[in-house]
This record gives sequence, C-alpha cells and structure tokens, in this order.
Amino acid sequence: MEGPTSTGIPNRKLAMWSFIGSECMLFGTLIATYMIYRGRNLVPPYPHDLLNIPFITVTTFVLLMSSLMMVLALAAVQRNDLRATKLWLGMTALFGLIFLGGQYYEFNHFVHEGLPLSRNLFSSTFFVLTGTHGAHVAGGVIWLSTLLVRAVQGKLDARHAETVEIAGLYWHFVDVVWIILFTLIYLLV
Amino acid sequence: MAMTDAHSTGIGSWLTTVDHKRIAIMYFVVGFAFLLIAGVEGQLIRLQLAAPERSFLDPDLYNQLFTMHGTTMVFFAGMPLVVAFFNFVVPLQIGARDVAFPRLNAFSFWVFLFGGLFLYASVPLRVMPDGGWFAYMPLTNAEYSPGPGIDFYVLSLLISGVGSIAGGLNFLVTILNMRAPGMTFMRMPLFTWMALIVSALILLAFPPFTVGLIFMLFDRRFGTHFFDAAAGADPVLWQHLFWVFGHPEVYILILPAFGIVSDVIPTFSRKILFGYPVVVFSGVLIAFLGFGVWVHHMFSVGLGPVVNAVFGGATMLIAIPTGIKIFNWIATMWGGRLRFRTAMLFAVGLVATFTIGGLSGVMHSSPPADLQQTDTYFVVAHFHYVLIGGTVFGLFCGFYYWFPKATGRMLHEGLGKAHFWLSFIALNVTFFPMHFSGLLGMPRRTYTYAEGLGLDVFNLISTAGAFIFTLSFVPLVWNLWRAWRRGEAAGHNPWDASTLEWTMASPPPHYNFAEIPAVDRRDPLWHPYIEPESRREGDEPGGVVPRQQPEEPPEPVVMPNPSYWPLVLAVGMLLMTIGGLGSLGLTLFGLLVTAVGLFAWAFEPPFGGGVH
Repeated sequence: MEGPTSTGIPNRKLAMWSFIGSECMLFGTLIATYMIYRGRNLVPPYPHDLLNIPFITVTTFVLLMSSLMMVLALAAVQRNDLRATKLWLGMTALFGLIFLGGQYYEFNHFVHEGLPLSRNLFSSTFFVLTGTHGAHVAGGVIWLSTLLVRAVQGKLDARHAETVEIAGLYWHFVDVVWIILFTLIYLLV
Repeated sequence: MAMTDAHSTGIGSWLTTVDHKRIAIMYFVVGFAFLLIAGVEGQLIRLQLAAPERSFLDPDLYNQLFTMHGTTMVFFAGMPLVVAFFNFVVPLQIGARDVAFPRLNAFSFWVFLFGGLFLYASVPLRVMPDGGWFAYMPLTNAEYSPGPGIDFYVLSLLISGVGSIAGGLNFLVTILNMRAPGMTFMRMPLFTWMALIVSALILLAFPPFTVGLIFMLFDRRFGTHFFDAAAGADPVLWQHLFWVFGHPEVYILILPAFGIVSDVIPTFSRKILFGYPVVVFSGVLIAFLGFGVWVHHMFSVGLGPVVNAVFGGATMLIAIPTGIKIFNWIATMWGGRLRFRTAMLFAVGLVATFTIGGLSGVMHSSPPADLQQTDTYFVVAHFHYVLIGGTVFGLFCGFYYWFPKATGRMLHEGLGKAHFWLSFIALNVTFFPMHFSGLLGMPRRTYTYAEGLGLDVFNLISTAGAFIFTLSFVPLVWNLWRAWRRGEAAGHNPWDASTLEWTMASPPPHYNFAEIPAVDRRDPLWHPYIEPESRREGDEPGGVVPRQQPEEPPEPVVMPNPSYWPLVLAVGMLLMTIGGLGSLGLTLFGLLVTAVGLFAWAFEPPFGGGVH
C-alpha cells in the first residue's frame, strides 16, 4: 500500500499541506473578524489599555527560536544523530511551553485588569483568536513531546524522518500564524 | 490466505471496517434514512400549507420542521450520499485498493453519524432548532432563542463538520496520490474529477462556517459579543460567514451530480464525452467562481449598489461554465446510440430540470429582480429544482448505474422507470406552481397564508405533488427488495462502460484490483485490448487495460487492518459534543476519550494483518 505515489509526495506530507491550506481559511476567518471589529469596541478596557508589547515581543522571539530548534531536530534525525534529535525536539517543545506560559500569564493578567472573555467586543475577538492559536501551539507541544518520548525510548531514528518533518510543517505553520497575529494585534495597536 | 474483515459480516466487522466499499454502504444507508426522514418533514410542511389558514401544525412546530428539513437535507442526506459515491467509486475509478487514509475514512463516517443522531436527539426532547438551516443572528442568540434548540444545531454541525473536513482531506490526497500508473489528470473519469474539486471546496469552505459556529456557540454560552450590535459588532457578519461557506456548499452538492451524469451519458450514448477538457475546466471554473458570489444570498441586506452589482455580475458568470456543461451533455447524446435505461433517464432528467432551476437562478442573480423574489416561494422553487432536479436526480442516476457493481445484482428496469417518471412528475407538480405563488408574494417560512390571495390553488397542487413524491419511493423500495430476493447477476460490466471500476467482479473483491492496471488513455475499456506479448511500438488503437481483472491476485496483497480506534475517537468527540450542552465534566471526559483514541490510533500498525 505504501508504494510510490502519483505525485511523488508521500501521502501524509500531502495531507499535512492540504490541512494547512484548510487551516489558512480557519485563521483567515478569525483574523478577518478581528480586523473588521478593530476600533469598534464600545466598552472599556480598550486594546491600548492592556496590550504589553515588550512582554509579547519576548515570547514571540521564543516561539520564533523554537522554529529554528525544529529545523535542527529534523536535520539531526535525518543524519540519524539521535542525541541531537532528542535535544532539539525537547528544546522545541520547551520553547513552545514557554510561549504558552506567557500566554497564560497574559490572559490571567487581562482578566484581573477587568477583561474577562465576555467583557466587550475586544475581549471576544482577542481571546478567541489568540486562544485558538494557543490551542494549536498546545497540540504541537503534545505532538513534539510524543516524538521526544519515542526518541528517548529509542524508537525514533532516520526511518522516521518524514514523521518529524510533517510535525515540523505543522509547527512552522503555527509560528507563521503567530507572526501575523503579533503584527496585526500588537504592533498595529 | 489470512481471513480478514473482508470475509466476516458480524456487527464487529462493520464497527471496525476501514474498507472504502463498506464505508460507502454505511454512508448510503444512513444518508438514505435521513433523506426519508427529511422527506417526511417536507411532506408535513406541505400538509400544513395544502389550504389557507390550516392549523395542522402550530407556528412553533412549523418553524422547527422547516429548520430540521433544510438542515437534514443539506448536511445529513445530501452530503453523506455524495460522500457515499466518493467512497465507493473513486478508488475503483483511479485503480486504487483503498483511500489514502482508511482509518480516517471510517472516522469521518462515525462523526457524521453521531452528528446526525445528536441533532435528532432534539426531537424526543421536543427542543428542535427553529432558526432555519441558516440560523441568522441575532434571532438565534441566547436572548431571542433561549433553550437548547439552536445549541443542537450548532454542536451537531460542528462535529459533523470535522468529519467533512477529514473526508475532504482524505479524498484530495487519494485522488492526487493514489492514481494507477498512467492515470494522468486528463485521463481521469469525470466523476473522479468532480470529487477532486469538491474535496478542495470542502477543505476551503468549511473552516469559515466552523469559525462562525464557534462564534455563535461562544455568544450563546459564554456571553461573547461577536454578533451583538449593542457592543459594536455587526450581526451581518454571521450572514457573511454562513454564505461564504453556504454558496460553495451548493457546488459541493451539485458538482458530484454533474460528474455522475458526465460518466453515465457517454455510457448510454455509446460515445465518448463531447469536449472532455472543457467539461473538466468548467467544473474547476464553477468551483472557483463559487467562492465569489455569496452576497447574492444577501442582496436585500442593503450592502449598497456597487457590492450588489459586483456579486450579481459574478453570479451571472457562473451560468457560462454551467451552460457549457449542459451543451456538452447534449452534444454527447447528439448522434449517439441512446439506450434509455433508468440511469440514463435520470441523467437526461437532470439536464432538463437542472436547466429550469439554473434559469430561475440567473433571474435572481440580478439584484433588482431578486429584491422582488427574495424570501418568497420563487426562491423555494429555484433551489428545489437545482437540488432535487440536480443533486437528487444525479444521485439516483449514480445509484442505478453503480448498484450492480456494488451488490452484484441488477435492478428491475420497469420499476426503475416507474420510479423515474413518478419523481420527475412529482418534482414538477410540487415545485413549478411555487414560481407563481412566489411571484404573487407568498413568503417562505411562514406557517400559513390568508384566503383569497390567489395562492390556494397553487398550494393545493404543490401538496398533491408532494404526495406523488412519497409514492415515488414505493417502486424504489420494491426494486431494492426484488434485487435482494432474486436480482439477476450483474457480471463485470453490465452497461459496457469504459472506466476501470467495470474490470473487476461485482461486487468487487476486498482488494479491488488483483493487479493494479496501467492506463494509457481515457475510456480504457472502449479500446481493443492487446496482449502484452504481442504489443509493439505504434500499436495505436490498442489499449493496455484488459477488460477483466484476473480472478486471483498473482502476488499477495497487503490490505489495511480493521480498527476500533476511529470509532473510539468519534465517541470521544460525541461526548464532548453532548457536554457542550452544558456539562464541562462530560466535555473533559470526552476530551480524554478522544486523546486515548488518538494515541492508540497513532501507535497501531495500519497494515500487515490482512494478507490475501
């Protein structure tokens, strides 16, 4: 069943690319909603009251660096360097976790400052958009951690490079989405 | 030769099957059951409207019935029946032994089934959704639609939408990647082409709707303000999100029907399809334009003359590729040796009735005309002509065409023709008068109408037509019963058709193709086969696909293993869905079951157990 494919692209990789295409429509809709409603909030607090650009710049940098770690993890598994594979997979997941911790802190801080989910139009659009992205990061961290456990068990080597590559495609996509969100939500505030 | 699920027929084998042909049968049976249920709902609506000021249904129940009728027909009858044909036909037409992701395929079916059952759990609880299949905000927010009715709508469409996206992904990869050697894009049968296009449409159109449903769910349950004008939001956003999905959805339902008749008409005309590339590219063009016309559902919202004009113009453009297809079908029949078997009757019926529906569609693509017609029975007439005269006739055409392949039995032609003529007459008797009642101003979604408005006779005729519709199912069911009891054996290729699915026994063996064929042209079975040993360079008219597959595979075939985990994963998602009605604990438990199912799935070997 797993012979050569008609396009030459492995089935699972083509599926991930197609899934990413579908995800573009998902995030595209969420981002469009946020942009349409930008500046239409009628009830305080407003975005510029709360958004902490320096703090998010740091977590954004961490998430960007995790993409570099991911590239190193794939390179390591492709040359069958299992020690480096474990290291870089672990670092990717850890950097993802740090980003999620930053998001948890930010959400918590906003709620304390009087912006629960149901507060106003800004809270609705902000939490659902960044929360959906956070859920994608969390899913990626679980996926990478699973790969790490397999690597520690000695069940991940160069034969599974395609699996790592596909996880990497997903991870890079989630990072790219964050670059867009960071620009549109924080830098354009 | 090991025994696998192909040979056992117990209930466990159906719960764990990953065989695309068995999944197709399950999709078909469940989709057909929902078609009958939604048909009964439509029949009840027609009974209420048979005469002015009847009190057969009260207004509240009437609202629930038309909502359930529309929602069921689109999501739980139309789509699964389309996907049933994808499942059965596509791997056979491209020369594959299964789809790219067999377990994902089973998962798609189970979440669709659970979505449908969850929606219908609202019936015994007497809280059916009542906001129409489009569920416009703010009517459907927590203030104006208290109670769980709309939640049933939102949650059932969220869970079944996951299955649809997974199915779109699966068939996109299957068609791109699993084609037999030599099966280039421009040699693919038309049905496979349309399945490819529709898979892409599903992948791109469902996410905006999913996001809209999540917004609606959050507005209703967690007090967000996505559609709350008082908070600065715009309730019209829901209409955009709904129709930017809803219009491509129309093509998700009609393009497979176009694909079916594009395979059936050449078969029963004994001629290759006229202008194959043009038919293919007009399908691509319809799908592309389909993303740019959604505002024609919203002309009366008041988005301004420029917006309405642009979307009206884009809508008119769609008539061009659609008209091209119709002319290609007619040109295929022109001068052909026509055989009017039941499948061909439904195909020709589609060409006729879909054209009527298409023409009324062009009429309300013009915003000024649409403002007169919107929300009247004229629109009801239009979309029933395209959905029944197009999609349903196309699906019945495919049903009569591929039934012998799927079951190994022939259907009775006389009963089939009775079914066709009854449904053809019923469609026109029911829906043609609605053009008149609509132009006289009869509003949709209103539970009754006053006497003396000139509407009485048209409505009475429509209701009579609905009874003929119900009657039309009698010969169909009788035919099925007869085929089951004493249907004649079908053989490999009862219609002398030209595509790969007709090279193997009927029903096909578990592994489909004993030997994967190598294809060197379109319509491979309509070219004389030349034995490999006597094949030489320049043997132009001779094909390389034998008309029959060997009885037994010359080499062992490795098939995917049956698995429980798709079902477990789907049950986990069902629990999350039920928890969405108000139980966080159940949602978390469902999440746990989903996670367990996902991990078990990931670490289960997909192949290896079932060598033939």
